[in-house]
Amino acid sequence: MPDTVKALGAPTERREGPDKVTGTARYAAEYRPDGCAYAWPVPAGIARGKVTAVDDTAALSVPGVIKVLSHLNAPRLAEPDDATLAVLQDERVPHRGWYVALVVADTLEAAREGAGAVRIDYAEEDHDVTLRTDHPDAYVPEDKDGTSGEHVRGDAEAAFESAPVHVDVEYHVPPLHNHPMEPHAATAQWQDGQLTVHDSSQGATTVRDVLAALFDLPADRVTVVSEHVGGGFGSKGTPRPHVVLAAMAAHVTGRPVKLALPRRQLPAVVGHRSPTVHRLRLAAQDDATLLSVIHEVTGYTSRIKEFVETGAAATRVMYPSPHARTTHRVVPLDVPSPSWMRAPGEAPGMYALESAMDELAVELGVDPVHLRLRNDTDTEPDSAKPFSSRHLAECLEEGARRFGWAERDARPRSRVHGSVLVGSGVAAATYPVNASPSQAVAHAFPDGSYVVRVNATDIGTGARTVLAQVAADALGVPVERVRTEIGSSDLPAAPLAGGSSGTASWGWAVHEACARLAERLTRSGGKELPPEGISARADTAGTADADSDYARHAFGAHFAEVGVDTVTGEVRVRRLLGVYAAGRILNARTARSQFVGGIVMGLGMALTEGSTMDPAFGDFTESDLAGYHVPAHADVPVIEAHWIDEEDPHLNPMGSKGIGEIGIVGTAAAIGNAVYHATGVRLRELPLTPDRVLTALDAGA
Amino acid sequence: MKPFRYVRAHSVEEATAAHAGRAASRYLGGGTNLVDLMKLGVERPETLIDVSRLDLDGVEEFSDGSVRLGATVRNSDLAAHPLIRGRYPVLSQALLSGASGQLRNAATTGGNLLQRTRCPYFQDLGKPCNKREPGSGCGARDGVSRDHAVLGHSAQCVATHPSDMAVALAALDAQVELRGPQGPRTLPAAEFHRLPGDRPDRDTELDHGELITGVVLPSSAAGLPSAYRKVRDRASYAFALASVAVVLGVEDTRVRTVRIAFGGLAHRPWRALRAEEALVGQEPTDEAFLRAIDTELSEAEPLRDNAFKVPLARNIACDLLRHLAAAPAAPTS
Repeated sequence: MPDTVKALGAPTERREGPDKVTGTARYAAEYRPDGCAYAWPVPAGIARGKVTAVDDTAALSVPGVIKVLSHLNAPRLAEPDDATLAVLQDERVPHRGWYVALVVADTLEAAREGAGAVRIDYAEEDHDVTLRTDHPDAYVPEDKDGTSGEHVRGDAEAAFESAPVHVDVEYHVPPLHNHPMEPHAATAQWQDGQLTVHDSSQGATTVRDVLAALFDLPADRVTVVSEHVGGGFGSKGTPRPHVVLAAMAAHVTGRPVKLALPRRQLPAVVGHRSPTVHRLRLAAQDDATLLSVIHEVTGYTSRIKEFVETGAAATRVMYPSPHARTTHRVVPLDVPSPSWMRAPGEAPGMYALESAMDELAVELGVDPVHLRLRNDTDTEPDSAKPFSSRHLAECLEEGARRFGWAERDARPRSRVHGSVLVGSGVAAATYPVNASPSQAVAHAFPDGSYVVRVNATDIGTGARTVLAQVAADALGVPVERVRTEIGSSDLPAAPLAGGSSGTASWGWAVHEACARLAERLTRSGGKELPPEGISARADTAGTADADSDYARHAFGAHFAEVGVDTVTGEVRVRRLLGVYAAGRILNARTARSQFVGGIVMGLGMALTEGSTMDPAFGDFTESDLAGYHVPAHADVPVIEAHWIDEEDPHLNPMGSKGIGEIGIVGTAAAIGNAVYHATGVRLRELPLTPDRVLTALDAGA
Repeated sequence: MKPFRYVRAHSVEEATAAHAGRAASRYLGGGTNLVDLMKLGVERPETLIDVSRLDLDGVEEFSDGSVRLGATVRNSDLAAHPLIRGRYPVLSQALLSGASGQLRNAATTGGNLLQRTRCPYFQDLGKPCNKREPGSGCGARDGVSRDHAVLGHSAQCVATHPSDMAVALAALDAQVELRGPQGPRTLPAAEFHRLPGDRPDRDTELDHGELITGVVLPSSAAGLPSAYRKVRDRASYAFALASVAVVLGVEDTRVRTVRIAFGGLAHRPWRALRAEEALVGQEPTDEAFLRAIDTELSEAEPLRDNAFKVPLARNIACDLLRHLAAAPAAPTS
């Protein structure tokens, strides 16, 4: 291919931008098939027990209500792998907010009114929703893929006791909610035995496969479209109950059915980040080298599904120490099922580890950047595999240079501006390199234009755009000549937009399909193409998921400056800066947007976002966006995101690592460490809201 | 959502007559709270009487120097009005600290006073709440009470009033003008909202069918140094953990006039009369401020989750008093 073609890396504008800002981009709830009916779910009003009776009389008398479904009359589904999808199948209530009925009506208003009129009787049982590290039911889960369970190197406890310098601390991260801008929604329609669903999902191929299995259909009788998706942050990474209910209601009523979940129901049914308690024991020699690392994480899961927030996974990657133990424990409780939320495991785990590293730096009397540089390594500590590339040191050094770290007075409480104490902090970041098999088709038309087809999902990241860039470079043509078709399960099968793996997985297949097509075009020697054009197909099964001799991860460093108001306990972030080593950056514009978005979410995790499991009722107190505080514009300062050029031949044909999650990793630690530097007081429970900060300042004063 | 009748009123008389003639009526202003509550099923009116287009959207100055705010003046317009910014900065600041720009563009003076608590148990039909359903119990007492009251609460209810504007009005000794079937009357803003007692379902002293027509700001507070301080969980668009409105007049090194009202602490804006009494005639020192505020807050009874509100309220009140004591008086015109 000619050297002049360089679509990859360019700050290409996202292709659907004009559609989105003009309102012509349609989301799942915006499809209105003829005769469309509307559904509204009825959440359980108890935290544990059984439904003993369903009285739909009043609901059915609401004008416009067509049908009330419950476990008494809903169609039987095949048993799903994911128990949260077995909706309206039996009488049990595993947590408050679990769906116990569904009302279908001619209008949204009637469905909602009808849902309020359904009378459910329960046999209520005592519930237990309180996470405790000493809970008798806590267990160490099976280590499924190297990220959970328990890993041991050497004799961590003995080494810890024998070391000259120790930190033994406990950090708490509350439940957190994904709350994408677009709530989960689906519009489902059956026509001649064919099910078509518009779903707000991060991966329509999986939704199709799951619906086909649940309704006992061949996969080719189901089409799932996710053309535009307003964010997911993991909560749309798997099918959710709404899509099953929409398909079920459409089947029963014989009409298209739309189901858009109300914001207040999301916390109970679309997953959330489990709260975690982290006990961190770090031991070092006097020369600041780590001798022992013990990271024990306790989280919860629901009664119906095991999900482990793998908070110690990153600790297995970060710093070498001859002795280490990393242990996950989960407690099954009567709570909504936790699930994936942006950087599951890494986000809370690196908050705890990188905060504890800051405490260790204080104990050692060394600069926290220096402590991390002192404990850098070329080899992944747990696996002993060499890193394909790391460059953490370069991120720290470049970040320190840009941030002006050298001018920092290391003494806590050394910058006082009236009632505001100013401080700065640093934390490292990491996220694994993931990729899954994908299929793709590339097609050349006689007019010199191309289309690539792959069931990728653009959840706001710019997937359409970057895949066109991948294709253009592989074809050796300008990016304007390449169209991208994504967002439908009728396209070549592809994995989800999740695990920071979408671009790598889809791009790999697109690259291979385009490379094959280019080869065929070259072989044809410039002969005119047939009118329908020619295609090439790729499937990266066995390639994208092949084992590697290398440990592959992205790394980064976050720097934060905060002001802490000693009158109010308010923390305001004044500056945030991230530097990343994430392979080749494929689109400078959309990549920066993702880095910055991750940092903002990390800011929220540090200062504003927190959910409370109500011990009396068994649900989350903060159920809407008035109570669950994502950062507002006024909370967000100027954010800088930079990256270093990283050439890593062991990744994928594009040389890229994932960038969607690393921005949230470590950001909360950098902010928390800055709060310590500002005040001299260490807070170990997120979020750092005024009540906690003021109480800590008063106790420390 | 329950179907309802919509009536647009063309005059105050028409509005009150329409209300009196129909059961379960509600006046509709900006709708920023009422419509939300209707969607949640907390409010289930038969009839909405739209008063947002009544000729009550003026801000006018009377010859005695007092200023009348019409009930339908939008919060954004009120906050930006030169008379308010110049003479009653505490009111402008309080308004601008509430909600978001879009909500303030819609919300009205009267509606702001009548917004209801954001207590999550009040908003959730699946949980007990004596305010929503008398006799059903108080979910917050059993559940999570971090955002709830520390002053003036009852066994029945620990909710707080969410308005910022109302806190400033209480500190300004404003009068709320009402028009009902029995004719007009006025109530002091500080007494317009009630403490919950055993009737938490009643937020205010409004009688059935009475309409807020306006609010009068007396001239006594005009031009005195005044300010509003609000602490919340994020920098914008959140309800107060605690807030305070202060009007302070110092002459010849003595406190001549002082009015203090707290938000976020009680079922109504909490006028700190005992603190005010302790300060009048005193030198405006840090010690005097602290003593006075502690006197006021000594009757606080924090719940399990909100003990922090007492030191927080003390800090912001003392800090604001100190700040205003050092500030020059604003011009009165």
